[in-house]
Amino acid sequence: MNHLLSTEHMPRDLIEAILDDSDEFGEVLTRPIPKVPALRGRTVATMFFEPSTRTRMSFEKAAKALSADTVTFSPSTSALSKGESLKDTALTVWAMGVDLMVVRHSSTGAPWRLAEWLDIPIINGGDGANQHPTQALLDCLTIRQRFGTLDGLHIAIVGDIKHSRVARSNVFAMATLGAEVTLVGPPTLLPVDVENWPVKATADLDAVLPTVDVVYLLRVQTERGGSSVFPSFSEYAERFGMSSERFAALRPESVVLHPGPINRGVEIGHDVADHERSLILAQVTNGVAVRMAVLFRLLGGDHDE
Amino acid sequence: MMNDLVLRGGSVLTPEGVVVADVGVSNGVIAALGTTVGEGKTTLDVTGCWVGPALVDIHTHLREPGQEWKEDVESGSLAAAAGGFGAVVAMPNTMPAIDAGHLARFIRDRGREVGLVDVMPSGCITLGRAGISMSHIDDLWKAGVRIFTDDGDSVANSAVLRSAMEYISALGGVVSQHAVDPDLSSVGHMHEGSVSSRLGMYGIPHAADDITLARDLVLAEMTGVRYHVQHLSTANGVELVREAKRRGVAVTAEVSPHHMAFDHTAVATTDSNFKVMPPLRESSDRQALIAGLVEGIIDAVATDHAPHAALEKEVPFEEAPNGMLGLEWAASIAIGVAALTQEAFFDRMSIRPAAIASLPEHGQVLQVGTAATIVAVDPLHTWTPTTTFSKSRNAPYIGMELAGKVRHTLLRGVVTFSDTPIVAGQ
Repeated sequence: MNHLLSTEHMPRDLIEAILDDSDEFGEVLTRPIPKVPALRGRTVATMFFEPSTRTRMSFEKAAKALSADTVTFSPSTSALSKGESLKDTALTVWAMGVDLMVVRHSSTGAPWRLAEWLDIPIINGGDGANQHPTQALLDCLTIRQRFGTLDGLHIAIVGDIKHSRVARSNVFAMATLGAEVTLVGPPTLLPVDVENWPVKATADLDAVLPTVDVVYLLRVQTERGGSSVFPSFSEYAERFGMSSERFAALRPESVVLHPGPINRGVEIGHDVADHERSLILAQVTNGVAVRMAVLFRLLGGDHDE
Repeated sequence: MMNDLVLRGGSVLTPEGVVVADVGVSNGVIAALGTTVGEGKTTLDVTGCWVGPALVDIHTHLREPGQEWKEDVESGSLAAAAGGFGAVVAMPNTMPAIDAGHLARFIRDRGREVGLVDVMPSGCITLGRAGISMSHIDDLWKAGVRIFTDDGDSVANSAVLRSAMEYISALGGVVSQHAVDPDLSSVGHMHEGSVSSRLGMYGIPHAADDITLARDLVLAEMTGVRYHVQHLSTANGVELVREAKRRGVAVTAEVSPHHMAFDHTAVATTDSNFKVMPPLRESSDRQALIAGLVEGIIDAVATDHAPHAALEKEVPFEEAPNGMLGLEWAASIAIGVAALTQEAFFDRMSIRPAAIASLPEHGQVLQVGTAATIVAVDPLHTWTPTTTFSKSRNAPYIGMELAGKVRHTLLRGVVTFSDTPIVAGQ
C-alpha cells in the first residue's frame, strides 16, 4: 500500500489487516502513557483545504500517539488565500520535508492529484462526495468489535447517500467484508445508478428495520446542488429519522452508527444518540486507532505489499 | 507547362468523384488536374493520400483578444494549418466578447496578418453574452459575421432567443447554439451516470442538452431561421435533429472529435483534460454520434478547440475549466474513429461546414480554376502526437496512437503546413 485513497478495490485481507492493527493500537491508547515511538522523527502534514475539526484532530492525535511530528495547513490563513494553486501549495509543503500528507479537499480526485505530483504517501481525508476511507475503516472496526465480523451482517445506510463520501467509502468496504448493505432514502438522495452498486436500495426505512443489525445514519442537508432534495427537516425526520419508536422496532442486538456531527431531532432522535446501542462515541475513539494503523502502515516499515 | 507546385499521385476529390490524379497549382489556383499536369517548381508526393478541399472548422476558440496566455490567432492558426484547415470560425466568447463590428474586424484582420488560415469571426447573439438583449447584429453582419452564437452559454430565455432568431433570419444568418440547459448543468462537472455516481460528482443529465435542443428546434421552425446545434453529445439529440430535418426545419448539427473519441469512463481518473462541456457521455451516445455523422444527420465535425493553460488545468477536476484542444487531431478522429469514407470526410469536414459558415471560397471540390486551398491526408498512417502548435497542452490525444495524418495544407496555393520537408524542383 503506497497511499490510502479509496476503499474501492481494497482487498479484503488488507482491510482486515488494518483492522487487526487498529485493535492493537487501540490498546496502546488505553495505556497510562498512550504513546509509542513508532514514527519518531517522521512528519505528518494535515492539508485540510475544506474545514474540518474532528478528522483533523483525530489524525493529529493519531500521529502524536505514534510520536510523529505534525504540521498543519489551513486554507484561510495560508497562501491559498493569496491565490496560490493546489499544486504549488503541495510542492511547497512537501519541500519543507514532510513524510506523508493527509488531504481533505472539496473537489473529487484532489488527493489523487497530490499522489501524482509528490512521491510521498497520501491519505485521502475526504474528497468531495467521493471517498473518505479512514471513516469507513473506523466504522467497520466499530462494527467488527461489536459483532466479531461483518460477514453476513445486514447494514442499512440511511439518508443522503448521493452526496456522501462516507457512504461511498462504507459501501465498498462493508461489501468487501461480506456485509449485505441496504441504502435507504428518497430518490433525490440515492445514487443515480444505484442498481449498479453492490447494494439494495429502498425508500421504506420501516420495512428494513426488523432485519438489520446496523443502522448507519448520515447527516442531512436540505439543499444540495442548488436545488432542494426533500421538503423539510420535519418531513425528513418523519420518514427517515431514527426516532425512539423506530429504535424500539430494531432487534435487541442491533446498533446505530453516525459519522457525526449529528443533528439531534432530525436524523437521530434526542435520546437515541445516548443509548448504549448507539456507537457514535466508540466510532470517534476508534478513529484515532484506525488512523494510527494507517499512518504506521504507510510510514512505519515492513508492511509493504 | 511549369506549375508553381504539383501534388503528385493522390486520390483527388473532383466533381466527377474521387480520381487518382496530379494537381497543378499556379498563382494560387488549380491550373491543371489529371495525369498530365506537367512539372512543378515544387512537387509534393501525395501517393496514397486523400486530396480535397482544405478543412473548415466552424467551432474554434482562438482566445484572442483577452486570454492570449491560452492561445492567440497566430498559435491557433498554426494548429489549424497543421490539422488540415483552411478556414476556422472563431468563437466570440473572448474578453471582450465579440458583440460589435469593430471587434469582429479585429479578429478577421489578425487572421489575415498571420495568413495561415482564413479566420472568420462569429458574433454574439446577445450583448456581452449576457442573454438579455440583442448584440449589434447589423454591425456584426456588415463586418462579415454570418454565424451568431453565445457559445459557452446557451441563450436560455426563450423570448430573447425567439427575437434574435427572427432578426437574424431576415438577414440570412445562422443562429448557432450551445444547447445546454443552464439550470440542469450549472452545478455539474461531468455526465450524470454510473461514473459520476461512483465519484460522487455532480452530473449533467442527458436532459440538459435534449430539452434545450428540443425547444430551439421548435423556435427555429417557428421563425424559419437557419439553426445550428453545436457539439451534440447525446443519442437523443441525433434523433431530434433527424426528426426536425424530416419536417423541413433549416437545422444543421456538429459533433466534436472528443465526443466521438471518448466517453464518460475516461473521467474515472478525474483527469481534468477530459472535462468538457457538454460532457463526455455514454458509450451508446458516442456510437450514436458516430453513426449520425456517417449517415449525415450530423453535418459537420467541429473541433470546439478550447485551449486552457496548464496552470488552469492542473487543478482538481471540479475546479478546472471546460474544454480540450482539437484542431490538430480532428481529421485523425474522423478517419480513425468515425471511419468516414473519403467523400464523407470532405463533406463533413469541409463542404458542409463551409456552407454553414457562408464561406464560398472554401469547401469546393477540386477542379481547374478553383482556389488552391487543399489538404492532403494520409488515411492509413498511424502516428502518436508528442506535441502541439497550440500555446496550451490540454489534449488527451498527445501520447495516443491515432490513425490518419494530415500531410500538407495549402491556402490559395501557399503551403501552410507540411509534415515532410518540401524539396524544390523534384
